[in-house]
Amino acid sequence: MLRRLALVLVALGVAGGFACWFLTEPQIVLADALGDYTADLANGATMFHAGGCAECHATPGSKDKTKLGGGLALKSPFGTFNVPNVSPDSKHGIGAWTEAQFVTAVMKGTSPSGVHLYPAFPYASYAHMRIEDVRDLFAYMRTLPPVESEVPPHALRFPFNIRRGIGLWKLLYLDERPFSPDLARSEAWNRGAYLVNGPVHCAECHSPRNLLGGIVESQRFAGGPNPEGRGWIPNISPKGIGDWSEKDLAYMLESGLTPEGDSVGGSMAAVVRNTAQLSPDDRMAIAVYIKSLPPLDGPHRKQH
Amino acid sequence: MKRILLAIGAVAIGVTAVVAQDAIATRKQLMKENGKEAKIGSAMVKGEAPFDLAKAKAVFAAYADSAGKMGALFPADSKTGGETTAAPKIWEAKADFDAKMVKFGEEAKAAGAATKDLDSFKANFGTVMRNCGGCHETFRIKKS
Repeated sequence: MLRRLALVLVALGVAGGFACWFLTEPQIVLADALGDYTADLANGATMFHAGGCAECHATPGSKDKTKLGGGLALKSPFGTFNVPNVSPDSKHGIGAWTEAQFVTAVMKGTSPSGVHLYPAFPYASYAHMRIEDVRDLFAYMRTLPPVESEVPPHALRFPFNIRRGIGLWKLLYLDERPFSPDLARSEAWNRGAYLVNGPVHCAECHSPRNLLGGIVESQRFAGGPNPEGRGWIPNISPKGIGDWSEKDLAYMLESGLTPEGDSVGGSMAAVVRNTAQLSPDDRMAIAVYIKSLPPLDGPHRKQH
Repeated sequence: MKRILLAIGAVAIGVTAVVAQDAIATRKQLMKENGKEAKIGSAMVKGEAPFDLAKAKAVFAAYADSAGKMGALFPADSKTGGETTAAPKIWEAKADFDAKMVKFGEEAKAAGAATKDLDSFKANFGTVMRNCGGCHETFRIKKS
């Protein structure tokens, strides 16, 4: 009897293991699924600035933000992420990647070698992008200067250094539904909703995260402690910036200046370098959408 | 004798502490003034206030003045206290920090001279105000 029970348990364990292995399989996009396409380089540049690629991937200290040599050490509670080289250099960067491999990395979080990428790369937001926008971005990034710099691998703590485990994270937190417009809302609101939740990925920083690094959905956009260390990421729901007008917000994204006369700093300074290069209509669209968010309280803050 | 030396030491420490607190308070006050000027400038750029050439030039003059004073307000003993939001990085990269202040002052001065009308003000204001984010990106840790 006992032996039979043990056998059943082992069988269940093996089946569970297989199921888990199967469920955590990295997903890819095949070239055949993409079809013929003529890329729009101007839109690719817009997506490059909206996506804030240079914020993390630009070679630190370089004035030229189109040199995507990587090397920034991004600190987190899980260890240090060393941001990779995504310049078109075929040896050190992504010059040898096919378009399908790029789309797969950006929208599925899977590398060309078929392993999971860490969600420090905000594919959980990029997954909502229009595939055409990602293809335009790919074409645009091919035009940037190749950089020959080798970046060390990530230095993460156990168990976060096991890439297969990201498959479980994806099951919990990766929502791959494409953006669908709300026809009851204005065109500007819909454009803003797309930009904010897709390429611009505001919530990736402006939301608290749980112990597994997943966004706390009930407090999306409500800010939280800075995962990179000291300081606090502001609440951008109306509880945080309720007294800003849409114009104030659009102007901040252009100038870096808040209605209080302060200037944004930290990582937001790099964000503004990019949003300043978007069209005034796109900045206003972002503002319209952000101002329409529900008011939310962020995590409780201890007084320092 | 020992007691006197101790007393002098205590007073000296007290004095430096006061000086450090002064530096923190003074630079905070200067930054607040900078913020006021930013509001005046932003309002004109956004079209919320009518353009006034004298006010526009005064904004840049205030920044040139502020940038000149700021460099001396970060002594080594003012890294903490007074709810400062100054990042330790200021003292780790002092040369870079000082160079950025000089650049800020020079650009503000040049902008004041080059501003003739609303259009030139908009362009110059944009250039000068990029210095704010340029420093706050690495040299400030905001706590709120």
